[in-house]
Amino acid sequence: MRANTWTGRNKVKVRDVPDPRLLNDRDAIVRITSTAICGSDLHLVDGYVPTMQDGDVLGHEFMGEVIEVGRGVDSGRLRVGDRVVVPFPIACGACGACAAELYSCCENSNPNAGIAEKMFGHPVAGIFGYSHLTGGFAGGQAQYARVPFADVGPLKIESDLTDEQVLFLSDILPTGYMGAEMCDIQPTDVVAVWGAGPVGQFAMDSARVLGAAKVIAIDKEPYRLQMAERAGHTPVNFEEVDVRSRLLELTGGRGPDKCIDAVGMEASHGSTPLYAYDRVKQAVRSETERPHALRQAILSCRSGGIVSVIGVYGGLLDKFPAGAWMNRSLTLRTGQCHVQRYMKPLLQRIERGEIDPTRVITHTLPLDDAERGFEIFKNKQDNCEKVVLKP
Amino acid sequence: MTRLATREAVKARQDEVERRGRGLGWMSLGLGVAQLAASDTVRRISGVDDSPTSRTVVPLVGARELVHAAGLLTSRRKGIWTWTRVVGDAMDLAALGIAIAHRGGRRRRRLVGVTGVIVGITVVDLLTAVQATRPERTGSVRAARSSREGGSMELTATTTIRRPPPEVYAFWRDLDNLPTFMAHLEEVRATGDHTSHWSASAPFGKNVEWDAEILDEATGERIAWRSTGNADVPNSGTVRFVPAPDGVSTEVHIVMSYDIPGGAVGKAVAKYFGEEPHQQLDDDLRRLKQVLETGQVVRSEGAPWGKRARKEFPQRPAQPLSDSDLAKGADA
Repeated sequence: MRANTWTGRNKVKVRDVPDPRLLNDRDAIVRITSTAICGSDLHLVDGYVPTMQDGDVLGHEFMGEVIEVGRGVDSGRLRVGDRVVVPFPIACGACGACAAELYSCCENSNPNAGIAEKMFGHPVAGIFGYSHLTGGFAGGQAQYARVPFADVGPLKIESDLTDEQVLFLSDILPTGYMGAEMCDIQPTDVVAVWGAGPVGQFAMDSARVLGAAKVIAIDKEPYRLQMAERAGHTPVNFEEVDVRSRLLELTGGRGPDKCIDAVGMEASHGSTPLYAYDRVKQAVRSETERPHALRQAILSCRSGGIVSVIGVYGGLLDKFPAGAWMNRSLTLRTGQCHVQRYMKPLLQRIERGEIDPTRVITHTLPLDDAERGFEIFKNKQDNCEKVVLKP
Repeated sequence: MTRLATREAVKARQDEVERRGRGLGWMSLGLGVAQLAASDTVRRISGVDDSPTSRTVVPLVGARELVHAAGLLTSRRKGIWTWTRVVGDAMDLAALGIAIAHRGGRRRRRLVGVTGVIVGITVVDLLTAVQATRPERTGSVRAARSSREGGSMELTATTTIRRPPPEVYAFWRDLDNLPTFMAHLEEVRATGDHTSHWSASAPFGKNVEWDAEILDEATGERIAWRSTGNADVPNSGTVRFVPAPDGVSTEVHIVMSYDIPGGAVGKAVAKYFGEEPHQQLDDDLRRLKQVLETGQVVRSEGAPWGKRARKEFPQRPAQPLSDSDLAKGADA
């Protein structure tokens, strides 16, 4: 089959690889009909996530048709022919974390838990196409994928919604939603979202759906801010205005009640010296993150507010504003999305027309053009917001 | 001496080493700053102000001193940093030796004086370095997890499994099940109610076998065993199945000890080849949890061989396996 693979820093390549086989009894094989490039794939390609290997199949946002199931798959849950969206964290459904609906912390799905444990203190779940730290699972930017614990994660789509309407249930829509949900949004809340990429856009839409009074989008790309504005959110361009004073203006001096970091480890920002500091430290690997968005979110947030982090971090960061966090009674909440928890309720919201996930799609390319897809997405060429690939 | 008193004595010694390390750090800082900021004065005092080479060497030595200072003042592991000072001393003494050989009169007398001081400092550095890197006998996590006398090794590991204690106990008590999750075990065969025959793979492709007996057991709670006869790897252990606070799970606590062939040397060699016993036992319990909670050891494309996954590192790429990969299987 054809599959998009990591071949080294800043290099991906679509090549022929063997078709996937069942390895465990509860596996299924899915013929992929739609897959996508995620912002977090860029962290892998840019070389900031350790344990990648030449030839790793990328991709963790995919859907398709079940063409084979292992003998351990409960036929009441999944059968050949089912149309499914596959959540990016692999979860067993049986461990303590899964019982607590903390699917991205599944205690059983990562065969390389020993390595993850050294990095993070405790292991994390397996993730498709997302380094060997999260299990070394082949990803979904391919024609076919093996899906472990197929009777736990995959969501059956039984209505006639298009792929584009449901594909993002695999990751970015639930991720954005969880970012907003962690904010305990009240009807009086002003919610500021750092990053107007696809996850940021969905965090904004979710904050609106959960009843926020006002949602603010912070980014530097005019086309991304326009996209947020069209959806009814208030844009702030950090290259044109001072973010702190603009946020004070928009909130009567209080600061946003809730702040969402939808940027993560590769932030760019207005302050040149600080950016240079983080860039150099990251380049020499003495910090793994450029956490500017997180710092700014913490400093901007109203006292007693919540800072919700859904942008991806991988290791250690510098100059964390612990003083602001502690002295101003801020709550910091975070997590890789527990996608399985949100798929059904969000599917219902899509069916009811409350959220339109298709609004972020700007490019649809054949799988064989994945390399070009990464290029335009990474460099924000051609007003690129989200790339969907068709195998 | 009681155990507590020993620990206190060790602690006092460590504190002293820590204090001296910090003192040396401040000294390095002072020297470094002086050599960089007032290098001409330093060169005059040392009697090397006649040499153009010293104009480069003295600030370089100063920069090096700052590195020692940074290490000694900020690192908790002073040992390695005191050794960097010893190396620095050796360099300085060599340089001074060369300088003395080329000079006479007043400059030579000054150089000899400076050399005397450096020799004194070297002695202090050496003493501190030796003490700071002497192995700790108590207090470290590693020491709490394993104690070693000769080649005998005690290991502990624990995990929580979301199954009730009687079920986890029953699975373990059916000894045939152990090789499904314990990486090294090839086969365990019951030979009687309380006796069994075990075979396992050892480092360097060797195989070891032994007989074992259950010494003591409490249904649903505890199994204690030991090897009998002339075992290749004499071993013994206890596994306890304790109800977890959540009311549904079982905490599995295992303590085992075994004599590694080749004694301490054998152990070091085995470790060098990637057989880290703590990690092995942790991974064994992780797989036990996978088997009991999900039915099987979990496999990925990067680590497709189940309980043999750890031996595969660095892994194959996260890419589907070909027919020939699959055929080669775990022997690959």
